[in-house]
Amino acid sequence: MNFVITHKMPESLSKREFTYCPGCHHGIVHRLVAEIIDELNIREKTIIVAPVGCAVFAYEFFDIDGTVAPHGRAPAVATGMKRARPDLVIFTYQGDGDLAAIGTAEMVHAANRGERITTIFINNAVYGMTGGQMAPTTLLGMKTTTSPYGRTPEREGYPIHVCEMLKEMKGVAFLARTKVTSPKDVMTTKKYIKKAFLAQINNIGFGLVEILSTCPTNWGLSPVEAQKWIDENMVKEFPLGVFVDKVGDV
Amino acid sequence: MSEKIMVKGTEAIGEAAIRAGCRIYFGYPITPQSELTEYMARRLPQVGGVFLQAESEVATVNMMYGASSVGKRVMTSTSSPGFSLMQEGISYMACAELPAVFVNVVRGGPGLGDIQPSQGDYFQATKGGGHGDYRLLVLSPSTLQEAVELTILAFDLADKYRNPVLILADGMLGQMMEPVSFPDPIDPSKIPDHSDWALTGAKGRPPRKVTSFNIDPYGLEKMNRRIQEKYERMKKEEVRYEEFMMEDADVVIVAHGTVGRIVKSVVKLAREEGIKAGLFRPITLFPFPYDRLSEVSERAKLVFTVEMSSGQMWEDVKLAVKGKVETPFYGRMAGVVPTPVEILENLKKYLRR
Repeated sequence: MNFVITHKMPESLSKREFTYCPGCHHGIVHRLVAEIIDELNIREKTIIVAPVGCAVFAYEFFDIDGTVAPHGRAPAVATGMKRARPDLVIFTYQGDGDLAAIGTAEMVHAANRGERITTIFINNAVYGMTGGQMAPTTLLGMKTTTSPYGRTPEREGYPIHVCEMLKEMKGVAFLARTKVTSPKDVMTTKKYIKKAFLAQINNIGFGLVEILSTCPTNWGLSPVEAQKWIDENMVKEFPLGVFVDKVGDV
Repeated sequence: MSEKIMVKGTEAIGEAAIRAGCRIYFGYPITPQSELTEYMARRLPQVGGVFLQAESEVATVNMMYGASSVGKRVMTSTSSPGFSLMQEGISYMACAELPAVFVNVVRGGPGLGDIQPSQGDYFQATKGGGHGDYRLLVLSPSTLQEAVELTILAFDLADKYRNPVLILADGMLGQMMEPVSFPDPIDPSKIPDHSDWALTGAKGRPPRKVTSFNIDPYGLEKMNRRIQEKYERMKKEEVRYEEFMMEDADVVIVAHGTVGRIVKSVVKLAREEGIKAGLFRPITLFPFPYDRLSEVSERAKLVFTVEMSSGQMWEDVKLAVKGKVETPFYGRMAGVVPTPVEILENLKKYLRR
């Protein structure tokens, strides 16, 4: 009997076991990013800038060169790398606290300058690593350890919409929000990630993919319930879709 | 070496950086050093370099982290409040062992302070500045010619030790004009490419990680030990100072940078009055010349420290002198520059006692 290998571990993933919680979407997204790096044949010139947060070890999970930026500063670190070595492919991998709270300035200005970098943005509406505090993207009414009575507009303000904010920036070449709760979503996300990298590689501009992701541990839900929670609640607050696409067909 | 030309301090440092082979500058405007940022904006594109005005000093230092981690010479310049904003990133760079050159044209503080010359950032410069156990190699020029030479040296030392190097200037050095001769640009092939550690893409080798991170305390302590060993090596190999009319001096005046320059006039005035004064001017503030200062204090009756601060370097002077002789202090703060006569009058108070 002949066996045909149709699925294998991407070469751009290292052999390190993920340290993420069961049901967390980081693993799926890591794999998709690695598959795209393989597909574009850029493993030998790609550098990851990991964030502070649950993905602080992301640089260990990819079989490529990498670093960890100070909290929120990954777009600035990536800018420095890319300006110094335009021939390299640089991507940041950031969570919502990192990208949309402490690092808002760096994110907005890197996008506005049209830096030839790619950003993978994990939005799980909560600070994961520090134990479930309120994030800038925490939904209204959502209880976290620092919004124990539920987020209110009066007290904590509204959830921040990164894609809606960045879509006005002329330097942005690809911008989309997606999720990975179904196989179809996973395939769509993979396509978006590819475009976000091509925005950089084809020298068009800045590329970002926001992925609505689970945090079963801090949401207090099972992995299955957490998936459903994205489909039923997060998507209402954060509509999916492509906001900017200057990359075209791939 | 070129013929002498009149240049402003900030521009002298900028041109020296270019001649040292620096082709990348990130920065954010702040008085009294914006002319250096402007100089690099004009000059770097002419030599195929990269100039980028960052959105803040916080972004600046992280852009430097990025450029340095891919193996390139990189610099910024700023002034006190801006340098405070960079401290987090500098701590990361020191731990990740990333070379870079910083210029702090110090102004009066604390807080928003003013825009006049000061030496009030001495503690921040020499004792770490950000979080954790680390040091910068700190160079304090007192003339523009020296600023040129120390800028070039700064890049070499940053590469040699894989550590950020700080040129601690002040608003006076930054804004004054003086004749300077520039050395010829260094041969680009002599600039280290750092291909042994830089992030250049995992081609034909295992992936590399350049980080300031180790979740295992024993591993992190090992990283700490490694950078501490470098600081010990700096203390042995990089101590620099100037002695002016010190041969027969029994009154040692310790001053660095701009004040060191002023104290040369004080020494001459004092000698006209029969006081055998001499200047001991630390050029490296870290590593501080403790041993030599200790030696020269043996034959002094007084070691007098003068600073444009409340006495920050004075603490290091006292550590060097170890109570062997009296160590009085005179300082002005907040951007006030002391005059030679004022310093001499204050010195004489201690001599009369």
